[in-house]
Amino acid sequence: MNKPVKPEDTGTILKVVGTRPIRPDGVEKVTGRAAYGADLHLPGMLIGKVKRSPHAHARIISIDTRKALALPGVKAVMTSADMPNLAAEHYEAGESASNLKDLSANVMARGKVLYHGHAVAAVAATSNAIADQALDLIEIVYETLPHVIDVEEAMAEDAPILHDQMFTAGLGETPTKASNIATKHRLDRGDLAAGFAAADVIVETRYSSAAVHQGYIEPHACVASYAADGQTQVWSSSQGHFVIRGLCAKLLKMRFSDVRVIPAEIGGGFGGKTTVYLEPLALVLSQKSGHPVKMVMTREEVFRATGPTSASVVTVKMGAKNDGTITAAQVDLKFQAGAFAGSPVGAAVMTSLACYDVANFEITGWDVVTNSPKVAAYRAPGAPNAALGVECAVDELAEKLGMDPMAIREKNAVRNGVRAPYGPIYKNIGYVETLEAIRSHPHLSIPLGPNQGRGIAAGFWFNIGGESTVNLSINEDGTAIVSTGSPDIGGSRASMAMMAAEVLGIGVDRVRPIVADTASIGFSTVTGGSRTTFATGMAVVQAAEKLVIDLKRRAAETWGVDQDQVVWQDGAAHCLQAGKAPKGALTLAALAGSAGKTGGPIATVVALNAQGAGPGFGVHVCDVEVDPETGHVTVLRYTAAQDVGKAIHPAYVEGQIQGGVAQGIGWALNEEYVFSTGGIMENAGFLDYRVPVASDLPMIDAIMVEVPNPAHPYGAKGVGEVPIVPPLAALAIAVRHATGVRMHDLPLSPSKIRAAIDANAG
Amino acid sequence: MALVIADYADCRALTGGLRAFEVEAATVRDLLHQIEARFPGLGDLIDQRMALAIDGVITQDAHGAVLAPHSEVVLLPKIGGG
Amino acid sequence: MSKQRTAAIVNGDPVEFLSDPGQTLLDVLRDELHLTGSKEGCGSGDCGACSVIMDGRLVCSCLVLAAEVEGCRVETIEGLSTGSTLHPLQQKFLDHAALQCGFCTPGILMASKALLDVNPDPTETEARYWLAGNLCRCTGYDKIIKAVLDAAAELRQDRKSA
Repeated sequence: MNKPVKPEDTGTILKVVGTRPIRPDGVEKVTGRAAYGADLHLPGMLIGKVKRSPHAHARIISIDTRKALALPGVKAVMTSADMPNLAAEHYEAGESASNLKDLSANVMARGKVLYHGHAVAAVAATSNAIADQALDLIEIVYETLPHVIDVEEAMAEDAPILHDQMFTAGLGETPTKASNIATKHRLDRGDLAAGFAAADVIVETRYSSAAVHQGYIEPHACVASYAADGQTQVWSSSQGHFVIRGLCAKLLKMRFSDVRVIPAEIGGGFGGKTTVYLEPLALVLSQKSGHPVKMVMTREEVFRATGPTSASVVTVKMGAKNDGTITAAQVDLKFQAGAFAGSPVGAAVMTSLACYDVANFEITGWDVVTNSPKVAAYRAPGAPNAALGVECAVDELAEKLGMDPMAIREKNAVRNGVRAPYGPIYKNIGYVETLEAIRSHPHLSIPLGPNQGRGIAAGFWFNIGGESTVNLSINEDGTAIVSTGSPDIGGSRASMAMMAAEVLGIGVDRVRPIVADTASIGFSTVTGGSRTTFATGMAVVQAAEKLVIDLKRRAAETWGVDQDQVVWQDGAAHCLQAGKAPKGALTLAALAGSAGKTGGPIATVVALNAQGAGPGFGVHVCDVEVDPETGHVTVLRYTAAQDVGKAIHPAYVEGQIQGGVAQGIGWALNEEYVFSTGGIMENAGFLDYRVPVASDLPMIDAIMVEVPNPAHPYGAKGVGEVPIVPPLAALAIAVRHATGVRMHDLPLSPSKIRAAIDANAG
Repeated sequence: MALVIADYADCRALTGGLRAFEVEAATVRDLLHQIEARFPGLGDLIDQRMALAIDGVITQDAHGAVLAPHSEVVLLPKIGGG
Repeated sequence: MSKQRTAAIVNGDPVEFLSDPGQTLLDVLRDELHLTGSKEGCGSGDCGACSVIMDGRLVCSCLVLAAEVEGCRVETIEGLSTGSTLHPLQQKFLDHAALQCGFCTPGILMASKALLDVNPDPTETEARYWLAGNLCRCTGYDKIIKAVLDAAAELRQDRKSA
């Protein structure tokens, strides 16, 4: 357990924030009582199941559901004909703009199936077994089409086209020929040619990674109940029930007030549960059948039909002077979007060079559709892919220059006052401090043995603010309820209680945090983008501060003094005017007990759009040992330093760092979507889609560097996403130093490493 | 007078290649109106798809945000997350 | 085809249930006995979220047919605590913040109990290999292993002083 590293001491003494209380939802989670999406059972509930495309790319000629509907026990069958046909409407939902028409077609195919596993029809029946039988009775005639999955193949002139009306945006002039390239992004500054001309050493290199899945252990699950008057309830485990509501309402043309989404506990999301797959289908089936409908994906469906992140190809050309100053950088990113446009290549363009103070650069990004499941957000979407290429290029440069990998990063490090490659002048960033934390860490001096190597890599993520609503109320006994609309994935509700307790001056055990449903509180956007502790936390603090002002007013009235004669301290109002408070301080409990006499219940709401979220930086060091016979990589030790702003609950901040690192290690070493020549995923299960297990990993040393973000009341920065950004490069670089071979194509599976070692030796 | 910086190609496509320009505006809302009037399409693009970094602080949809007399406003794509 | 009747003991209580031939113990626990603490993460025995202890042996309940449970003693997460007293494993998981989303937690707790039942003093490596069949995507396993080793130490201490 690490104490956060504080470069500056602000002198504030916090009593709750920064401690490690037991999370309020902990007991129900360790006793199996917590209710996740699939745990709900309603009277009369039916089971819904989805029929999925057996082809990677095909036109739907006809769908005949009559036999399925006639099967006893089947209460409803649906196809895209049962969903509104939407114009291409742009809707700001979740964390990225979604084209509603594309989303509707992804949720239930319209006209064409675009990937193996694409939903084509769905049934609701009285049992699992009958639902399965009904799916088999649905007769669909397809006209198969050639398919393409590899991103570079999809960009080729003669590639099979997924969308006849897709003309590449961002080329200047609109082309006349349809393409699989949805958008070309471009960001540049300075004079690239001059920059390369000034370089003493240039590297040109290319890296690739495969599509990987967020891998949450809980498959998507929901229950929908549609009443005859159009009022509906949906229980769903998601990262944002307000976004679920909005998307369902828009897809089905319903009033938002008629869709009440109740958040179930969520078993992991990592970005993949910020959109809808089952909820609209369950609503339609519930409407058609007149019963509640539960839909739960199998693991296979999760892999085949929910967003992985993009496979990508990153080429980097980078030049530096002999003293290590990077003079120019050119980055090209090709990202697989899956069946519909919208890969995270835009963010990748923005984050590629974010750690480097480079005057001359040009970054190009390509968003390319492919016959694979539509990609969904995955922890710092786009950034890990970009960092793989850039960090490895920097390591190649360091090697050519004979320069220490820490030194080259220190030399070119961004700091306050430097213009970020993606635009603004950096303020209150902690990259230099994070580098220092690694520089001074004992890990760097641990000697390495034969077949062992060390990789160092840096990473960046913006973190966002956004909209949150908080209700804070004081119960009649002086305990409090803090209610938010932010689903809790990583322990955030503990932090909400802590921040409220800190301001109110009471013990954290006297504050009960809950996550309220869409009918019980105002809007909050998703739990994602590393926003919750920052934005919802900001609202919690503001709400508590409002109540403190109100409590002081009530005390002042009770004592007959002016409000400026009252201070709030340690959970009580204290009177500064002598003789006016014969009974002493008025505690929160006392004021709550007599609230009716001072104006009524003690409650408030804060609804805000939090701005000024601070970006985070991570620097990781990874030691590996590679078995030269098998190519197997063992991770010996891993240290991850990160600029966290202020660790509200240090144990959960460490948890985010350790979890992100583990996912990055899996992405680097083992994870990939393997497709057959027919476009079918061959490893759609946890046996062959190999995520890290307990025996794969060492303890992960998480170093929390605290350079506060003044926009947040306690200086918090988002922490959840940064940690997945450096590991891909850190592992690739470590393998290079362990084997002498530079691996360019992730994952670094044993067979590939062994083949590379052999090729190198020969 | 706010200095607006447009490093992203999709913005520059609407400014005729101009990378930086000045706009007289007191709030972000003002700024967007002025920009749309001067470079048709850009104000809408910013409104729908971009964030603004005002003197280094990234804001999204903060139409009421006040601009200082010599604010630097950097146009950048909206940021999401996972 | 008619349902099969099975009698077993779950968390110390005698139970009887009806099941289809294809239903698993996990299906029955969740859908017939309403013990939803055991989770389905994969349905193919690869993730361990459905881990229970059957006649003293750690199993994936998604791989056990309901009918196979006839006459067996089954322990699930719901039986780990005694009344409102948490098992030391549960308490240590809370103390060490060894859970985030909590979905894998019931399975990992049952697997950990099975470990400590046969090996009260495991090394870190032994604990990691024993738990290799229980996937966690949130924590990176660091705090889980620390919690298990700490619980093991406490249980050894309790046994000494008992």
